Amino acid sequence: MPTTVPLNWYLILSAILFGLGIAGFIFRRNIITVFMSIELMLNAVNLSFISFSYQLRQVDGHIFSFFVMVVAAAEAAVGLAIILTVFKNRATLAIDDVSSMKN
Amino acid sequence: MEFIIISLVKAALVAAVLLTLAAYLVWIERKVLAHIQLRVGPYRVGPNGLLQPLADLVKLVTKEGVMPAQVNRFYYLLAPFLAVALALVSISVIPFGTEIEVFGIKTYMGLADVNIGLLVILAISAVSVYAIALGGWASNNKYALLGGLRSAAQMISYELPMSLAIASPLLLANTLSLREVAEAQAGFYFGFLPRWHIFQMPMPQLIAFAVFLVAGFAETNRVPFDLPEAENELVAGFHTEYSSTCFAAFFTAEYVNMVTISALATHLFLGGWNPIVPEPVAGLVPVFLFLAAAAALFFHGLNSVSTRPWDKYSFPVVGVVALGLAGIFALAFLPLPGPLASIAAALHPLFWFCAKVGVILFLFIWVRGTLPRFRFDQLMKFAWTFLFPVAIVQLLATALMVALVK
Amino acid sequence: MDAILFLLFAAIAVACGINLVVQTHPISSALSLIGVMASLAVLYLLLGAEFMAAAQMIVYAGAIMVLFVFTIMLLNAGAEHKKGRSVIARLLGVPALIGFLGLVSFLIQSLLPRSEEVRFGAFTGGTAQAIGKKLFTGYLLPFEVTSVLILVAILGAVVLARKEI
Repeated sequence: MPTTVPLNWYLILSAILFGLGIAGFIFRRNIITVFMSIELMLNAVNLSFISFSYQLRQVDGHIFSFFVMVVAAAEAAVGLAIILTVFKNRATLAIDDVSSMKN
Repeated sequence: MEFIIISLVKAALVAAVLLTLAAYLVWIERKVLAHIQLRVGPYRVGPNGLLQPLADLVKLVTKEGVMPAQVNRFYYLLAPFLAVALALVSISVIPFGTEIEVFGIKTYMGLADVNIGLLVILAISAVSVYAIALGGWASNNKYALLGGLRSAAQMISYELPMSLAIASPLLLANTLSLREVAEAQAGFYFGFLPRWHIFQMPMPQLIAFAVFLVAGFAETNRVPFDLPEAENELVAGFHTEYSSTCFAAFFTAEYVNMVTISALATHLFLGGWNPIVPEPVAGLVPVFLFLAAAAALFFHGLNSVSTRPWDKYSFPVVGVVALGLAGIFALAFLPLPGPLASIAAALHPLFWFCAKVGVILFLFIWVRGTLPRFRFDQLMKFAWTFLFPVAIVQLLATALMVALVK
Repeated sequence: MDAILFLLFAAIAVACGINLVVQTHPISSALSLIGVMASLAVLYLLLGAEFMAAAQMIVYAGAIMVLFVFTIMLLNAGAEHKKGRSVIARLLGVPALIGFLGLVSFLIQSLLPRSEEVRFGAFTGGTAQAIGKKLFTGYLLPFEVTSVLILVAILGAVVLARKEI
C-alpha cells in the first residue's frame, strides 16, 4: 500500500467530476439541476487549478480558483433570479417547456 | 500513537464537559428566566431542580419518535444528526487555555491548534444552516418549511455582518489562529486596563463586539431573532414535526452553538484566557469569588425561607463545593511538587476563560428574558440597512487606524 | 495516510457527483453537490491550499449552495418528470462519457511529465497571508474588476427579482 498518490490522480479526479458535470448538464431537464451541473464543472476546474499550483509551488492557481468562486457567486445570484422569474411567468422548471423561441 | 491517545482522551473530556454543560445550560436558562419573571423555575426533580436535565433527557429518549407520513426518511433523520455533529465539530478548534503539563506529557488545552481556526469555525457555521433548512423541508409541513426558509435567509443575512465583525479584531491580531489571537491580547495599558481587543489601541473594538454579539444571537436562532421557531406564528418552526431523540439533537445543537459563539466572542474580543486585572491580584480573584459565593450560600442556607424546605440542605452543600474550588485555586500560591504546581497554574487561565464564556452565556439568557421577538421584515431590514453598514464602516475605520499606527 | 485520505474523499466526491446526475429531485442533487464540495475542500487541504479549502466551504457550500437550496424550497420544486428522450442519446451517453474520461486519463498519464507524489505539508504557500499578498499586488486589477462584476450581478439580481418585469 503506497502512502502517497501522484498528482496525476488529482487531475484525473478533476476530469471525472468535469465529465459528470457535462453529463448532468446534458441529461437533466430541471433548470436548477442543470445549473448545479455547471457548478460541479467549475469545482472540477478549481481542483485542477489547485493541483497545478501544488506542482509549480506557486500560489497563482489559488488566486485563479478564488476568482472562479467569485464568478460562480455572481452567476448564482443572477441565474437564480432568472430561474425565479421564469418560474413566476411559466410555473415550470423543466427546460423543455421553456421553448417559446422555437415556434 | 501517543498523539492519538492524548487526542482521544481530550476529545472524550471535552465532549463530556460540553454535553453536560449543554444539558445544565437548559436548567440555568429556566432558572434565570424564572427569576427574571419572579417565579421559582424547576424545583421538583432533585434539590432545587438540579436533576431536571436528567429527567428531561430520560423523557426525550424514552418517548416514541414519531415520523410523519410521506416524508423522506433519509433527509428527515439526516437533519438532526447534521445539526448536532456540526455543532460539536466546531468546538474542536477552540483553545481553552495555555499549554499544560500533566505527568510529563506536555499538551495544549484544546483539541486542535489549527492555524486557520477562525476560518474553520466560519465554514462550519456556514454549513450548519443546512441542518435547519433541511429539517424544515424534510418534515413535509408548511410551518416547518416556513421555519426552514426563514432560517436560511436569516443565517445568510447575518453571516455577513458577523464575518465583518470578526475581521476587524483579526486586523489587530494579524493572525487566523485563535490561540495567537488570545495571546496577542496579553498585558495591560497603564498597569490596569487590559489589552483586550475591545480596549486595544489604536481602535477599540466595542462596536465590532456589539455587532458580533447581535449577529451571534441571530446565527444561533436565539431570542430576539428566533424567527425560525417562533412558536406563536409557526407552531415550533423547523422542528415542529420532530420528537424524541431527534428533537433532543436539535435542542443540544442550539445550546452547543451558544457555547461556541460565546467562546469565539471571548477569544476575539474579551482577551481569551487573559485575566482582567494584573497578575498578583488576578490570582486572588477566583479564590475570593468562590469564598464570597460560599459565604452567601451558607448565609442563605441558614436563613432559608420556610416555603422552600430543600434550601436548608442544598445551599450548604453547594457552598462546600465552592469552598473546595476556592481552596484549589489557592493552591497556586503554595509551594507544590512539580506536576501539581503546573496543574494549579493551568487552572487560572481556564477559570478566566470559563468566567468570560459564562458571562456571555448569561447575557444570552438575560436577553431572552427581556426582549420581545422581531418581525421577519424588521429582522431583514435590521441586518441589511443597519448592522451591515455599521460593520463595514467600523472595519474600514479599524483598517485605517491600523495602517496609520503600525 | 495521504493515499487513504485521497482515495476516501475522491470516492466520496465521485459518488456524490454520480448521485447529482442520477437523482431526479433537485434537493438530492443539491445535497450531493454539497458533498462534492466538502470532499474537495479536504483534498484542497491535502494539497496545502488551506485558505481555499476554507473559502470553498464558506463561499461555495455556505453561500452559493444555500441560495440554491433556498430557491428549491421556495419554488417547492418537485421531482423531474421523465420525458421521452432520444434512444440514441440514452444508449450512447454513458459509453461516450466513459470513453471521454478514459481518453482524458490516458492523456494526463502519458502526456504530462511524471508528476511528483503529493505529500501533505510539502507546499505551505497557500496561507491566507500569501494569498492576500498576491491578490493585492500581482492581481489587483482583476480583483477590482471582479468587485465591479459582483456589483453588476447584485443589480441584475435585484432588477430580475422585482415584482413587475
